[in-house]
Amino acid sequence: MSLLEARGLSIAFGGVRALEQVGFTVDRGEVLAIIGPNGAGKTTLFNVVTGLYRAHGGEVRLDGRDVTGLPPHALAARGLARTFQNLEIFFRMSALENVMVGRHLKERRRLGAELLGLPSVLRENRESRARSRDLLAFVGLEERADEPATGLPYGALKRLEIARALACEPRILMLDEPAAGCNPVETEEIDRLIAAIARQGVAVVLVEHDMRLVMRISDRVLVLDQGRRLAEGTPSQVRSDPRVIDAYLGRHGVAAAHAA
Amino acid sequence: MRPGTFSKLAILGTLLLVLAVVPLVLPSPFHLRVATLVWINATAALGLALLIGLAGQVSLGHAGFMGIGAYATALGPKHLGLDPLSSMALGIFAAALLALLVGRPILRLKGHYLAVATLGLGILVHLVIVSEVPVTGGPDGIQLPHVELLGRRVTGPELWYWITGTGVVLAAWLALNLEDSSTGRALRALHDSEIAASVVGVDVARHKLVVFVIAAVYAALAGGLFALFNRFVTPDVAGFLRSIELVTMVVIGGMGSILGAVVGAALLTVLPQALTVFHEYEHAVLGLLIVLFMVFLRQGIVPGLAGRVVRRRSA
Ligand SMILES: Nc1ncnc2c1ncn2[C@@H]1O[C@H](COP(=O)(O)OP(=O)(O)OP(=O)(O)O)[C@@H](O)[C@H]1O
Ligand SMILES: [Mg+2]
Repeated sequence: MSLLEARGLSIAFGGVRALEQVGFTVDRGEVLAIIGPNGAGKTTLFNVVTGLYRAHGGEVRLDGRDVTGLPPHALAARGLARTFQNLEIFFRMSALENVMVGRHLKERRRLGAELLGLPSVLRENRESRARSRDLLAFVGLEERADEPATGLPYGALKRLEIARALACEPRILMLDEPAAGCNPVETEEIDRLIAAIARQGVAVVLVEHDMRLVMRISDRVLVLDQGRRLAEGTPSQVRSDPRVIDAYLGRHGVAAAHAA
Repeated sequence: MRPGTFSKLAILGTLLLVLAVVPLVLPSPFHLRVATLVWINATAALGLALLIGLAGQVSLGHAGFMGIGAYATALGPKHLGLDPLSSMALGIFAAALLALLVGRPILRLKGHYLAVATLGLGILVHLVIVSEVPVTGGPDGIQLPHVELLGRRVTGPELWYWITGTGVVLAAWLALNLEDSSTGRALRALHDSEIAASVVGVDVARHKLVVFVIAAVYAALAGGLFALFNRFVTPDVAGFLRSIELVTMVVIGGMGSILGAVVGAALLTVLPQALTVFHEYEHAVLGLLIVLFMVFLRQGIVPGLAGRVVRRRSA
């Protein structure tokens, strides 16, 4: 039994079949990469698995239990966290507060105590603040903790989302293009982060176009094309698969993939 | 702490200071009565500030909840033989229950359904009050008995000033505590991105419902206090114009600012009194002033001025 298993997921938007019978499994400490050309359905797969979209067919299992169709917050409570390709930041809050929101499920949230500002609430605030600062340090943003999130550059916001997702203390972390728009130095930083996260026993599902990053860091790679599974295997199997080269990597991509 | 806001203690300190100074500077019964109305309106505006400013949800019928609080307080003694204070408690409970029943199905939906639903609810409450003449007294309004506590009449402008003033400080204290809590952060988060809030575990629909009920309770409390203080209520307390006034208080004072809600309430309560010198142009002048405030202090008075001070200091 896998930690997270998706089976036969299908969804269509009008005439577009964004996913057709797609599945994957991922386990503790493992890094699964999902790659494929633009519009292949990678983000849609994330949205279905995390409960933002409802699949027209197929199922999602966590610890072997059926969680298909559960709302996102219920899935988060079961240990599923994610980041967004097109940033979903709380822009009216500071960087630190963004991460603190990620601690939501770890906080007790008793409304009466919160309204009265009881010492237990203040203690919990302090604890959340401290934990969140640690996480900001982990992603290299400790210096910008108290800045409003609006002012942070794109690369910092990508890492802020990772810190927020980690604040949920997830068992499964789904990262949608964490290195997009990052320079090579930042990409290498993200590479290190993901490896460290996986080493802590978190299952990582990674969507990424940077082939060097994917090949270096993944245990397995799932290739999607036009909503279908094109191939799956180890990085070396996938990068020499002629169908993958045709549909996605091309000659340039193969060079990048081998350079890793 | 959030940038551009004052700390909890500074806000409460400012409120307490104003509360203490007003009776010294303006001791006439007329001024105290106006100040009491400010505190009552500010209490309702504070609840709405949590709903609009913190969570980004809009209620266009909030005077309806005020009306429920006011009329429950007035009708309990007349029809149920209850004392006014228990009647008020009942009214607050009824408002909370109604908010729960209306909010539950509506707040599951994304978009501005709450604004539309509350608009309808406010109109409905007002309509019932106006048309159920035998029960409510209809458009002519209804008289209340004096409140008695420990065998003594609670009366006099000064006493009511202190009662409602204490009420608004408590209401602000609770609101500030909520802001600085897990629930408060969740509300601010879903204001910015419901999707991101939900994937970190925030039950978005539930949190919106909680803050909507809190806002309804604040409004009903304000309505009840108004009825007790004024000893006479008319359907105007629940009218659409009052709902718009309440929203304007929040927006003009500065959305998401607790002090702003109080300042907005003060402005919209005091200005009409001051503008009576303009006779029939009173409303036009009030409208013009609101437009000017929005043009020159777009974030609202309190955050706008705070921002200017900070900018000047760092310049
Ligand atoms: N909410 C939606 N409504 C309509 N169509 C959608 C929606 N979400 C995705 N699609 C369509 O589904 C297909 C897959 O999109 P998706 O965003 O999953 O691709 P992707 O693999 O993440 O691409 P990219 O690499 O560009 O991020 C596309 O044709 C897209 O237009
Ligand atoms: Mg995508």
